[in-house]
Amino acid sequence: MSLLTVDGLSVRDQAGTSLVDDVSFTVEPGDRTGLIGESGSGKSLTALAVTGLLPAGLTASGEIRLGGVDMIRASERRRTAVRGRVASVVFQEPLTALDPLMPAGRQIAGPLHRFQGLRGDALRNAVRAALDEVRLTDTDRIARAYPHQLSGGQRQRVAIAMALACRPELLIADEPTTALDVTVQAEILDLLDRLVATHGTALLFITHDLPVVANVARQAYVLRAGRVVESGPTLDIIERPTDPYTRTLVESARRFDAALGRDRD
Amino acid sequence: MLRYLLRRTAILLVSLVLAAVVLFLLLRLLPGDPVNALLPVGATPEQIEAARRELGTDVSLPIQFLNWLRDAGTLDLGRSLISTLPVGPEIVARLPVTIPLTLSAFVLAVLVAVPVGVLAAVRADRWYGLILNAVAQLGIAVPAFWLGLLLITVFALRLQVLPAGGFPPDGWSEPGAAIAALVLPVGTVALVMSASLIRYVRAATLEVLGADYLRTARALGESPASALRRHGLRNASVPVIAVLAVELATTFLGAVVVESVFALPGLGSLLVTGIRQHDYPVIQGVMLVSTAAVLLVGFLGDIVQRLIDPRLLQRGAS
Amino acid sequence: MSRRRSLTLAVGLTLVLIPAVAVIVSFFWLPFSPDDTSGGRLAPPGDGHLLGTDKLGRDLFTQLLLGGRIAFATGLGAVGVGGVLGVSLGLLAGFATRWLDDAAAVALDILIAFPTLLLAMLIVAGAGASLGTAILAIGFGLAAVVARLTRVLVKQVLSREYITAARVAGISWPRIVATHVLPNIGPVVLVNLALQTGLAVLAEASLSYLGLGTPPPNASWGRMLFEAQATVLTAPRAAIAPGVALIALVIGVNLTADGLRDLADPTRRRSR
Repeated sequence: MSLLTVDGLSVRDQAGTSLVDDVSFTVEPGDRTGLIGESGSGKSLTALAVTGLLPAGLTASGEIRLGGVDMIRASERRRTAVRGRVASVVFQEPLTALDPLMPAGRQIAGPLHRFQGLRGDALRNAVRAALDEVRLTDTDRIARAYPHQLSGGQRQRVAIAMALACRPELLIADEPTTALDVTVQAEILDLLDRLVATHGTALLFITHDLPVVANVARQAYVLRAGRVVESGPTLDIIERPTDPYTRTLVESARRFDAALGRDRD
Repeated sequence: MLRYLLRRTAILLVSLVLAAVVLFLLLRLLPGDPVNALLPVGATPEQIEAARRELGTDVSLPIQFLNWLRDAGTLDLGRSLISTLPVGPEIVARLPVTIPLTLSAFVLAVLVAVPVGVLAAVRADRWYGLILNAVAQLGIAVPAFWLGLLLITVFALRLQVLPAGGFPPDGWSEPGAAIAALVLPVGTVALVMSASLIRYVRAATLEVLGADYLRTARALGESPASALRRHGLRNASVPVIAVLAVELATTFLGAVVVESVFALPGLGSLLVTGIRQHDYPVIQGVMLVSTAAVLLVGFLGDIVQRLIDPRLLQRGAS
Repeated sequence: MSRRRSLTLAVGLTLVLIPAVAVIVSFFWLPFSPDDTSGGRLAPPGDGHLLGTDKLGRDLFTQLLLGGRIAFATGLGAVGVGGVLGVSLGLLAGFATRWLDDAAAVALDILIAFPTLLLAMLIVAGAGASLGTAILAIGFGLAAVVARLTRVLVKQVLSREYITAARVAGISWPRIVATHVLPNIGPVVLVNLALQTGLAVLAEASLSYLGLGTPPPNASWGRMLFEAQATVLTAPRAAIAPGVALIALVIGVNLTADGLRDLADPTRRRSR
């Protein structure tokens, strides 16, 4: 059975406007899938719908099966049971995604305790190990620090550590590097890439940045105005885009690279 | 944190002195020579001069202030112009009524307002959430004295289960009677206070419910209730604590009106009487004590806020 | 604007406008003369007395209308005084820098430490009880709260980039205040003032109840309540009527303020 099946997902707001229109895709265990689109394409809403966390006022229709549970129609209790255990999320803006009044260590300890049942010394060691894994080596200081005392990149690493502490089968990364400095972006992407490979986690990577997706995801879906306009292996999309919109995306990326004087495949 | 403590304590002390200055000026600059309260019409200049010396108004204003400050520092708050009794002990005698009244009402209001406010926020889309909000809306429009009157009418006059006013002359040596006398006043103040507190708690909780970190908690498998408990309450408490400090301050002498309704011999009624009689040593003494209490509560509130939210320590001013 | 918010505004305005109209009419016509004590003491409704009479035999409804005049006068007057004074002080404080700013912050906090009612009581104590004094006194009390809010808002606006841009372009401070600062802080301050109106009305009622407000024979709702206390069991009307009038007016003002707040800032995430 697929890890995640999205079939004919549509998201509408209260006025009836369609924000996501008949989107379908699947994610198998261990897959690396990308959702590409500009702002307003509905990609983040899709991710929220998948976890059953759409903001109030928006309704989803269609079918979403995550870990076997219908994330649109199931009760809140069943959906809560799926979150974290089957799929966890890393969000775009780490400053607001972390609890501002809780030290980083405690925030990581939360999922460690909940999903791996750790406590006391074992828990403390696990927190340190988690911080090590995301390359935050000054573990004691970082564990005690509040989010506002950390840099953007450090916060996002903490967020990744929290998400992985759930030992999920699927990690959903919603534009995880967009809010970070360019120099830090590459490090975070590399980190994600490695961790996902190490743990065998499936990855659903959402971004507007085509080159990023090329390095991270094996297949991709291009969204525009809420609809899937192209899909397939990432390399195929980049080298032989069939949809005109996808073509313009690829063209812009190539022009940018050429301006930087870099060769890209 | 230590640096903030020192700075905040300095501000507290400066505020106390400044408040004393403001009080002093407010009263001294009011029209009417206090001597007139003491002497009959047609007094001789010598008598007036003697009275002035007695009152201490024969020296210049700044010296008057320093004298008063020195006296206040040694807890000598002067004597009432009307009764000639010393003000300090008079204030102390009133505390066994005002302090239990204020504190009990405050605690009761918080115990009611926090659960109700949180419920009103979490269930803001259900009908009973709306009702709770409407009730709070109603509550802040109700004048305390009207509510007091209503409670007296129902419980004291109609049902006759509680006294309509007054406080046992022996005070707390009759604990049963003292408590009975305070039930309705405490209830009145608590109800009025909780109405406005509910609105603040509700607003703070709504703010938190929409926050990103709550969404992260849910995304990592926390139930809505657990997420709210673990993350929401702490974050919502900071603005609420700021409000609580102000509300406690307001209660302290807002109970003034309630003491009048229930004829309680507390600090508030002492103040009202002093104002009616232009007895300014009394007015000054009571206002100084209550202002000091208010400033102290504000000080404690600021400290507690910063214990919970260290971000507040970073921004410059308090 | 959502339906619920427009309902709030509608209900609020109704609760305010009905008494407002009644009060305006009262300047041209009253059911009975205010001094007319012929009705018999604490008589029940009848004989042209809509609500009966008070303990002196005066028509209760007429007294209610007179009290309404005072309530509106105080509400509008105190908020006017408090608004002008508070915004001016707040503007000055908002522009102050460094230690002057710290001093201003401390000064405002001290003033707020005196609850409005108390400040008003003190001023009335010295200056004598009258409607004008009460309005001024309550206005001063409100001014401190408004000043503090204004100061915070002004600081926020001043830190925005378009202010720097305007200065670089050589625009004078007074023009910046008029064209950028005031329009930006305006909505929030006005809504706050609207909310304070309810507090002002309640403060006046409390003052009158304590005997420190408008002196008799001018009726204030607070004073009416005080006078009705002794006979509350035999003639509850005299106590209920002014209380209900007060509550209704204050609810109306608050609902109107809430509705205005949603109008002023439709981007508020916080609904309802």
